[in-house]
Amino acid sequence: MFRFLLRRLALTVPTFLALMFVTFMMIRMVPGDPIEVRRGERGISPERLAELRHEMGLDQPIWKQFVDYVWGLAHGDFGVSIITKNPVLQEFLTLFPATVELSVCALLFAVIIGIPAGVIAASRRGGVYDQSLMGLALTGYSMPIFWWGLILILLVSNTLGWTPVSGRVDLIKYYYPSVTGFMLIDSLLSGEKGAFADAVRHLILPTIVLGTVPLAVIARMTRSSMLEVLEEDYVRTARAKGLAPYRVIGIHALRNALIPVVTVIGLSVGSLLAGAVLTETIFSWPGVGKWLIESIGRRDYPALQGGILLISSIVIVVNLLVDLTYGLINPRIRHAR
Amino acid sequence: MKRTITLASALLVSTMLAAGAAGAKTLVYCSEGSPENFTPALNTTGTSLDAARPVFNQLVEFERGSTNVVPSLAEAYEVSPDGLTVTFKLRKGVKFHSGVNGFTPTRDFNADDVLWSFERQWKADHPYNKVSGGAFDYFNDMDMPNLLKSIEKVDDLTVKMTLNEPNAPILANLAMDFGTIESAEYAKFLLDKGKPEEFDQLPVGTGPYQFVAYQKDAVIRFKAFDAYWGGKAKIDNLVYAITPDATARYAKMKAGECHVMGYPNPADLEAMGKDEGLNLMHQAGLNIGYLALNVKKPPFDKKEVRQAINMAIDRDSILKEVYQGAGQKAKNLIPPTIWSYNDAVKDYEYNPDKAKELLKAAGVETLSSDLWWMPVQRPYNPNAKRMAEMMQADLAKVGITVELKSYEWGEYRKRLQAGEHQMGLLGWTGDNGDPDNFFFLIGCTGAREGGQNISKWCDQSFEDKLQQAKKLSEKADRAKLYEEMQVIAHEEAPNVTIAHSTVYEPVSKKVSDYKISPFGRHEFYGVDIAE
Repeated sequence: MFRFLLRRLALTVPTFLALMFVTFMMIRMVPGDPIEVRRGERGISPERLAELRHEMGLDQPIWKQFVDYVWGLAHGDFGVSIITKNPVLQEFLTLFPATVELSVCALLFAVIIGIPAGVIAASRRGGVYDQSLMGLALTGYSMPIFWWGLILILLVSNTLGWTPVSGRVDLIKYYYPSVTGFMLIDSLLSGEKGAFADAVRHLILPTIVLGTVPLAVIARMTRSSMLEVLEEDYVRTARAKGLAPYRVIGIHALRNALIPVVTVIGLSVGSLLAGAVLTETIFSWPGVGKWLIESIGRRDYPALQGGILLISSIVIVVNLLVDLTYGLINPRIRHAR
Repeated sequence: MKRTITLASALLVSTMLAAGAAGAKTLVYCSEGSPENFTPALNTTGTSLDAARPVFNQLVEFERGSTNVVPSLAEAYEVSPDGLTVTFKLRKGVKFHSGVNGFTPTRDFNADDVLWSFERQWKADHPYNKVSGGAFDYFNDMDMPNLLKSIEKVDDLTVKMTLNEPNAPILANLAMDFGTIESAEYAKFLLDKGKPEEFDQLPVGTGPYQFVAYQKDAVIRFKAFDAYWGGKAKIDNLVYAITPDATARYAKMKAGECHVMGYPNPADLEAMGKDEGLNLMHQAGLNIGYLALNVKKPPFDKKEVRQAINMAIDRDSILKEVYQGAGQKAKNLIPPTIWSYNDAVKDYEYNPDKAKELLKAAGVETLSSDLWWMPVQRPYNPNAKRMAEMMQADLAKVGITVELKSYEWGEYRKRLQAGEHQMGLLGWTGDNGDPDNFFFLIGCTGAREGGQNISKWCDQSFEDKLQQAKKLSEKADRAKLYEEMQVIAHEEAPNVTIAHSTVYEPVSKKVSDYKISPFGRHEFYGVDIAE
């Protein structure tokens, strides 16, 4: 187990280095200078431009900039945003809890609904339920997030008035300090009546929108994996022994069927963060997705580099954890060399 | 560290707010983005300037909803007969906000604050000059370093500004956001604490609203400042709900989650007009979208060719299709909301036949030209590519073959300013409502390579009037010159003036006394809301 962990950790190092290099270079290949891109019609005089570029170190040869950047990173310095002049790490940490809160809720939503839906579909293969469920899943998978979000807002918030349109808190009614950055926790800490319910209400639509694609993927994956497992000899044996169907499916089949599903869940952390970019924009959710998109528009190199690096490391770590859970689900993987 | 400070101040204020919450009036403005910081002198984007504006005042300010310059922190000012000195008499007893970031002012606003605020932008040895990156774009762009000879404190309540040459537009410049007066005492307080960068993040000013808290990408909170020199604001809590998507902003308006929003989606305007709960306010924007004809590239050196192009382009169709009706056809470079607008100028009519005749008379049988379009959406031009395509089609009808071209925005601007194009789309949004702030765009100074006059047109009689008008202090005398200049510019036609776009703002019917700013500002002092 320890060796397995060590080997996996060692593998993340080159991934990380490659990522650092690619991000750094790719941002610089996008046309547009971070200083010039922000200027209006007036533009900027060449002298002033040179002065500002010098201040930001952009006049250095690119390899030097890269070396400086890596050197800074090695010392825990992610640099300073070109736009706000705040440390990148501080900006990231301010915004990250919102993204985590939303992503966790979306993932829970996807898992809690997706796995049972997939199991039921598989156990009634070919039936009306199976077909309609898989049809829905396909629709969900191909749903354009932006459109889906706006439709839900118009329908659920504007027409039915069930949920707030966007944001994380009713700004007119509530004002409590952000202690953890997680609204579900902060609203409880505030002790204000109704604050928690308000935070939950604000989470509903973004959770559904962000959770839709992973939900569809998980449901389909569970179904096909279940179908495969249900054909196995040991399932037939379990059935022949006269075990109750829920035991056969729930214990004997599901546990084995879950391995690919867990992989998919791990991988969907990456796509959740990608989906968060759009979801956060529609729902005015103050997370890192929106921040990254703005940083691209503004060519805020340090913010982009730092943000991508931090997010990628999280994805890498999550996938590492996922690999470790295989061992829990299926002991055979643990012993494999 | 900063988070903990914001947190502490937030905690403090939250208890204050909770105590006075009953019956408090709250107005929520759905803004479009997060500010870069709260010091207007450092910023150029409307988003950042809007976010800082409730907190601050300038010496003189624009009357809300207009371009008129009126006294603010200076209750009076006097321009010397030679136009070289401006003396400001400062308002007495003006208080700075107390309790923000642990700062309690010990004195009222005075001349030291004025000197501090301008010198920060002007003098490299100022202790705050380099803080927060220190790029004072507007101060430099408005040519202040060359205009100013000195700023002196005569006494606590008198400041004397000496100029290098007479300059009438300078008062309008000082009403701009970069002319904001900040607290020298707060600056020193933070410097002593070793945290100067907090100065631009947790603002202290003299304005109608006091800063309470800011959460990036989520919300900015202000509360009415009890001791405001102009009288306490009618709204107790002013909240900016940061909502980047225009459609989501409108949905929030409909749900009553905000009361005012900026920058509506043009596609939503029709529905907004019919919405019972909203007033869809609008005003002609302080801007111009134009097609510059580079007079350095023959045959555009011929006046007749330029006039012919003016007649060949069907601007009515462009207004309908590109601006979706949210614009006004432009016959002058300045919009009609700016004083000295010459309404007697007769617009070029759309007439392809006449255009062909003019081209023929100028000896131009066939002509191929490039036409550049901006890669970005701007307030004065919502879709430059579409506009360029329509122009291409129009010009083909009079025998001009047009090749469309574009570059990345920074590159685009640079190449246009260098004069590489034959025809190029660009535009302008006014900074201070002074006619000079528009006409310099076609003056001789800007016609040099790299200058902002991208038609590179330089007419001596136009230029003489432009320079003369800057030095006169009587508005009526200046207006006369600007009116004459519009006649010249129309006849010489260095540009095709296309449109002034209309600014729309949906405002909840609960809100009263809101005024649309010609500058595209969003201002809430003087605004009221029904509970």
